[in-house]
Amino acid sequence: MTQQAAKVEQTGTGTPEQVRAAAEPVLPRWQKTELARHPQRPDPMAFIESIFTDFSEIHGDRAFGDDPAMSCGFARFQGQEVMVIGNVKGRTTKEKVFRKFGMPDPEGYRKALRVMKIAEKFNRPVFTFIDLMGANPGLGAEERGQAEAIARNLREMSRLRVPTIATITGEGGSGGALALAVADRVLMLETAIYSVISPEACASIMWRDASKRALAAQALKATAEDVKALACVDDVVPEPGAGAHTAPEEASRLLSEKLAWHLSELKALPVEELLARRYDKFRNIAQFYTA
Amino acid sequence: MSWFKRQGNTIESGVEKSVRTEGLWFKCEGCSQVIWKADVEANQQICPKCGRHYRIDARARIEALLEPGYELVDLELKSTDPLDFSDLKSYKSRLKKAQESTGLNDAIVNATGMLGKHRVVLSVMEYSFIGGSMGAVVGETIARAVDRAIADRLPLIIISASGGARMMEGIVSLMQLAKISAALGRLDELRVPYISVLTDPTTGGVTASFAMLGDLNIAEPGALIGFAGPRVIEQTIRQKLPEGFQRSEFLLEHGMLDAVVDRRELKSYLSRALDFMQPV
Repeated sequence: MTQQAAKVEQTGTGTPEQVRAAAEPVLPRWQKTELARHPQRPDPMAFIESIFTDFSEIHGDRAFGDDPAMSCGFARFQGQEVMVIGNVKGRTTKEKVFRKFGMPDPEGYRKALRVMKIAEKFNRPVFTFIDLMGANPGLGAEERGQAEAIARNLREMSRLRVPTIATITGEGGSGGALALAVADRVLMLETAIYSVISPEACASIMWRDASKRALAAQALKATAEDVKALACVDDVVPEPGAGAHTAPEEASRLLSEKLAWHLSELKALPVEELLARRYDKFRNIAQFYTA
Repeated sequence: MSWFKRQGNTIESGVEKSVRTEGLWFKCEGCSQVIWKADVEANQQICPKCGRHYRIDARARIEALLEPGYELVDLELKSTDPLDFSDLKSYKSRLKKAQESTGLNDAIVNATGMLGKHRVVLSVMEYSFIGGSMGAVVGETIARAVDRAIADRLPLIIISASGGARMMEGIVSLMQLAKISAALGRLDELRVPYISVLTDPTTGGVTASFAMLGDLNIAEPGALIGFAGPRVIEQTIRQKLPEGFQRSEFLLEHGMLDAVVDRRELKSYLSRALDFMQPV
């Protein structure tokens, strides 16, 4: 606990944020959750813009609409033609509302799948970048089949006949994140989190009190370190300094290096071998049971 | 002097004389009529007056669908509590309690046997086991059902009843969505039939994976089916949800289901569908 936080706790005075921070126990996993959600943290589009060149956006799901929370397009990665997909969070308040705070609707997932199929047809690798709280919970999303859109992506990504690399850059929120992350390689930034449920929602269900979010974060073990230890991601990407937001360019460079290395490994594999390995990885993932 | 004299003292009065009347009747949630419970039980847990479907446990479901002589399989797996999770209670104690009350190791039962004239692999979720939630055991058990269907080229039927992924297993439970969906992709490529039956309730990660990936996705009447829970949506959009939102009939109307089938017709519907799906 910082000195200032201790003072706030003793005196009970300070700004509302300070009082709230003092009331919340300092738990390392909750601190990482806050870093993963840092307002200055580069979002997927920021990483895409600095890692790739010649990004050319592809819009629409050909069925209902174009989801502003999901951005897809072809681009060049160190000169190679690739397909890039990322959710968009927006930077200003107005843009955040327009982008639905980065939470995609079914048409977003369907657009992503549509461009993956284009990549498959022309034999280009697919990169996805994920930083979202979850799929958008809304009336329209349910009417248009949010669950079906996610389910289809899981199945189709598991058998897409090109190399795929998914990166969780900030928050990997449940099914909405997984719908872009059934990939040959799944990477996580060092202070990213990847979880089945947000700490807030978990706290309100299990503790019946959303303010117990720090405790929930501690119990959920969703930090990159934890998730890697559970073998649910393939690699953890280091971040500069106190987090990606402190040196975005350096963070991009570190991620770019990892992406290049994984891509070269995947490209060396014949496609049948690639698919067999991807299948085996997910078929044997997370086996925590006794016979 | 009394008119009668007790001859011996052999009458035991230890047994309390009472007739149990409580719980024999109940008010139906659908039609508000008073229903004799035994009538519902004899009718596959369906109200004989209005047809409201009540929840049914996994073993009763298998009994109703498969011919006698079926076999229960893959029952041996047990969760190892990968996160060592604890909230107000520990996950281990929740597991133990659920295991004692249901007599199952986890929220899933696999069976193989005959459905009419078709040999099938049947996987049924048990809602009364921690809300039918899906952790590593449920995920692996369903994946094994898919493996069986692949190995013997047998039609697969999965009956869902689940609140979604089991949050006490964190990221491990999320990975089960990918595991099962990948296995179903392989089943699909081999052209082996897969029918998904959604029952009350089917939400969250279960809907967002195998429950929506059937060659046919069918549901029982009035079942709650969705991705986000209705309370979450209400809190997000801050308005009341329309009547019947996320019920089977609503999904049918929005093109998300192939059919809504009464439980009493389910067996004949499945049998008919499997006739169509036989390889020619």
